[in-house]
Amino acid sequence: MSEKVLMKGNEALAEAALRAGCDCFFGYPITPQTEVAAYMARRMPKVGGVYLQAESEIAAINMIYGASAAGARVLTSSSSPGISLKSEGISYLAGADLPAVIINVQRGGPGLGGIQPSQADYWQATRAMGHGDFHVTVLAPSTVQEMCDLVALAFDLADRYRTQVMILADGLLGQMMEPVVLPEPAGADARADKPWALTGTGGVRPGNVANSLCLVADNLEARNVERFRRYEVIRDSEQRAETYLVDDAETVIVAFGACARVAKSAIDTLRRDGVAVGLIRPITLWPWPADAINAVLDGGVVRRMLSVEMSMGQMIDDVKLTVNGRIPVDFFGRSGGVVPTPAEVEGAVRRLVDAGDGAPAAAGVTAGVAAHNANNGKEA
Amino acid sequence: MSDIRSEIRLLLAGFGGQGILFAGKVVAYAGLIEDRELSWLPSYGPEMRGGTANCSVTLASSPIGSPLVTEPDVLVAMNRPSLEKYAPIVRPGGVIVYDSSLIDTMPVRDDVQIYDVPATGITSEQDLGGLANVLMVGKLWRETQFCAEDTLTAALEKAIPARKAHLLEPNLRALKLGKSYV
Amino acid sequence: MGRPGGLTDKPFSYCPGCTHGIVHRLVAESLDELELTGRTIGVVPVGCSVTAYEFFNCDMAQAAHGRAPAVATGIKRARPDNIVFAYQGDGDLAAIGTAETVHAAARGEQITVIFINNAIYGMTGGQMAPTSLPAQITQTSPYGRDPQVAGYPLRVVEMLSTLDGVALAQRVTVDGPRNIRAAKRAIKKAFEYQRDGVGYSIIEVVSTCPTNWGLSPAAALDWLRQNMLPYYPPGVYRDVVADGHADIAQAAAARRAELAEQATGNASAGQPARRGGGDAA
Repeated sequence: MSEKVLMKGNEALAEAALRAGCDCFFGYPITPQTEVAAYMARRMPKVGGVYLQAESEIAAINMIYGASAAGARVLTSSSSPGISLKSEGISYLAGADLPAVIINVQRGGPGLGGIQPSQADYWQATRAMGHGDFHVTVLAPSTVQEMCDLVALAFDLADRYRTQVMILADGLLGQMMEPVVLPEPAGADARADKPWALTGTGGVRPGNVANSLCLVADNLEARNVERFRRYEVIRDSEQRAETYLVDDAETVIVAFGACARVAKSAIDTLRRDGVAVGLIRPITLWPWPADAINAVLDGGVVRRMLSVEMSMGQMIDDVKLTVNGRIPVDFFGRSGGVVPTPAEVEGAVRRLVDAGDGAPAAAGVTAGVAAHNANNGKEA
Repeated sequence: MSDIRSEIRLLLAGFGGQGILFAGKVVAYAGLIEDRELSWLPSYGPEMRGGTANCSVTLASSPIGSPLVTEPDVLVAMNRPSLEKYAPIVRPGGVIVYDSSLIDTMPVRDDVQIYDVPATGITSEQDLGGLANVLMVGKLWRETQFCAEDTLTAALEKAIPARKAHLLEPNLRALKLGKSYV
Repeated sequence: MGRPGGLTDKPFSYCPGCTHGIVHRLVAESLDELELTGRTIGVVPVGCSVTAYEFFNCDMAQAAHGRAPAVATGIKRARPDNIVFAYQGDGDLAAIGTAETVHAAARGEQITVIFINNAIYGMTGGQMAPTSLPAQITQTSPYGRDPQVAGYPLRVVEMLSTLDGVALAQRVTVDGPRNIRAAKRAIKKAFEYQRDGVGYSIIEVVSTCPTNWGLSPAAALDWLRQNMLPYYPPGVYRDVVADGHADIAQAAAARRAELAEQATGNASAGQPARRGGGDAA
């Protein structure tokens, strides 16, 4: 095993991409992800790869389209406003079934918003990464080590399913340093065969075409149906989640990314006081880890769930869809770049537990902020 | 501060350019060398450019939740706005170390230990300009023993990149001045 | 006359009198004659030639509207030994894709751009294009393009010829056999430059759109000669090889030295630095 090194999340991710055999990086500067681009700019020329700073996020994602069509392992990275600009290109990648890995180191929005950490692009990533019928596979790291470990997985999933994989991080994970064990470089045999790639026919085969255009409705439907069959396989075999102290938990927090870390701290404190609370941490946001949540529900101990997010309440929709009315689902969140503290999450759990089962369930998506403001003596 | 070997949460703050993030890195490397759990989180964005910079560092024996230090055990303050902003959030029983060359006020807390160090003055007298940050780390170590003494030196060596090896000697001197400052 | 090997057997789907077919053929013939077809990757735009991937007998990518130069950049950077061309219309290249066009040219991407300028949006049914002429009537300039409202048309190759990354910027037309032969020579030269690593090349082809101009094919060619060619004169706007340079790097260094010299000369004469002339036009 390699030794531990101290690295920023953004840099660990970039190094992991190189070790996973990333051939080409195209990007554009934006806080708080710029270290990914800077790292690639420094390292790519040394390892014979391609680094190019595009004139815009739009150009960058289309360079990704070209390089992926040409058979390369490709990576682009941005933060929330830049991801919106990339969404057209991501839809084209989906339509042309071109593998790509896209990093979103989220910041607060909407609009130009702020630059502090956020999870408010959850809906965009899991619901509406562009126009048309498609999904992006979304991986949510929670530590610098995971920023690293999920990169190779992202490339492999992208190649295996000819799909687009987003690593949905945030400014906190991107900027923080933690000890990390870097993965061993992938061997050449890890590379997928890509007979569909544009390499030049050499005059010996018919031309390959990378294309999302399909003017005959029946044919386009057939292409979409085929793609969704692949999505079903992904849904069946690629869900990932971590559970923490859920076996006897009457209250289960659902949180991903940086929020899950905060939730764990709160849980440790609550457990010391005898509160039976646990955590489900989705690692894949799409496919949504319904199996892990159902397993906890089927245990029959859990009486309520609490979605904790750095947003006004987005993932809670998926929690509710899975819970499907079986138990109450509540929400605590901070928005705009504010990172919730363990004490705040602890307070939210205590209020729920104290209210008991007779209390009305979710008080609405603004409940988290309202509770926070009430705690601070402000008007909610 | 009940068990500093188990968990210590530090907030280092000052002006951009004072080496606040570097000071935090030295502490973080100490955690790495001792194979402890650790996190280092900088403030980032426009505030880096001439404004205030701060850095959260946690060393712990179990996995760290939020890397954002909102109730520090230790505050290292290198300018007045930082001291005024963060002194009130230091946990009772905690430690405040501040650069009295640059701060002409005293934190009003009787439930924490407060150490004033004219770090900028000492380092400029000793021809160690720009190394007040490292001196502060030395003083912090003296008062908290947040790691083993050998580890501290090794951490400083590790935090200085190979291409800046010529800066190691003055850094070590600044560290030593801090460690011996009473 | 049989189809060149660089084209598939699929019949063109373009309107009668449309010049796309001619230009497709010139591109395919050039690649065949240079024996480059087997290592060529083409990029087609959004516009009437959106399905051109069915006509070129090589590997092809279809790009989002205006993004063909970025897609071509990605392909070329990933596979520098391939020949990469982007085939774009005026709306695609000079409106929505202007940034991608200018920056691919400025970077000196080793790609070839074939730019079809017919002063109108064809596929969507005849709207005003960035190259529509003043007073030209279109569906979205029903009283004629008024520069006071809609601004002036872009002269693309003139604009790009100022950039150091451009090896060849030439405007041609395909209104008759003589000019078609000249267009072929220009397109072939552009691919030769790419093959030899000289730099970015763009060939603008002044073209017709009989359907949306509301004219017969023959009348459309007359309209092109009377209205388009005076506004968009054919010619070589930049050719670094003809200027005596091996490639864009040499040409850029020479231009820089020339400007520096002028700046020094002007400074000593107490005059502000002025742009040097001398660019071919």
